[in-house]
Amino acid sequence: MRSYENFFRQNRLPHLWCPGCGNGIVMKAIVQAIEKNPDFNQDNTVIVSGIGCSSRASGYMDFDTLHTAHGRAIPFATGVKLANPALNVIVITGDGDCTAIGGNHFIHGCRRNVDLTVVLFNNNIYGMTGGQASPMTPLGKKATTAPYGSVDRPFDACKLAEAAGATYVARSTAFHVQHLIKTIEDGLNNRGFSFIEALVQCPTAYGRRNKMGDPAKMMAWMRDNAVMKNSWDKLPDDKKIGDKFPIGLFFKAESESYDESYKKVQEIAGGAAK
Amino acid sequence: MKSEFTLKLDRCKGCGICVSFCPKQVLALDTLGKVYVANHENCIACGQCELRCPDYAIFMDKVKKEAAK
Repeated sequence: MRSYENFFRQNRLPHLWCPGCGNGIVMKAIVQAIEKNPDFNQDNTVIVSGIGCSSRASGYMDFDTLHTAHGRAIPFATGVKLANPALNVIVITGDGDCTAIGGNHFIHGCRRNVDLTVVLFNNNIYGMTGGQASPMTPLGKKATTAPYGSVDRPFDACKLAEAAGATYVARSTAFHVQHLIKTIEDGLNNRGFSFIEALVQCPTAYGRRNKMGDPAKMMAWMRDNAVMKNSWDKLPDDKKIGDKFPIGLFFKAESESYDESYKKVQEIAGGAAK
Repeated sequence: MKSEFTLKLDRCKGCGICVSFCPKQVLALDTLGKVYVANHENCIACGQCELRCPDYAIFMDKVKKEAAK
């Protein structure tokens, strides 16, 4: 048995995700990143998730976990963090959960720079409810609610997070497992709002409908189209075409986190400042 | 053999990710769609199968040279 498996609720495995679903890969990457960080253990780490395929992950992870209302994982996590700032809070969310119903909570979490690590499992679709188009379904891709291809332009969640004020913004994929682990690890170390978008394959609701082939083919698509940030910046615009997308660390900044600012208010209100 | 496999078949869902990403075609799916080690002698112990298994069903351990003899 691998050491990271101690962080799983063994009696709950195998998980219920479809054959070939990438969520399992990212969930493993999260626990491996936690394991590498000596400050994190099962007693001081809280996993908060919303609703959706991705958010089932909290049920398989052996920490103090919170499976919350749709889109509201970040507000619950903010509450946990402010009630006890010593806790390490990790939010697991999906593309529909985070950018559709939870879109406002997401940008305001970024704005406040709450000390959370948000891992967005981006499968480009609402998988659990049968494949409706999400705000991150790429243009022209089919979904049950977009049988002729999606006409809505998708969000770039990383740009959104950066613009809204997050202090660590990165993207990785289920194919680049080692890179993903490193990215999450760095996100955990960042004091402030860390946002990591992890691209995962959804062979059942997304891949099948868009003729992307089996799960391995979808992962090969990630391998072929993901470009590391450094190379992406040097790439001429005429090569940034088709399905190509950048991965890596996009933005990092130092800023006071929300629990620190809030503590100051508590001190003033408690009579510290006279 | 350079490696030793531990398969947890009750977890395997037969997605074929390990089979596809194996550079040496060591693994295959059986008639019931579960993974099995078909060409163990070709294994180079790269660990790609374990790295990307979404169901934590396959584990690969390197066998040290002395132990293999």
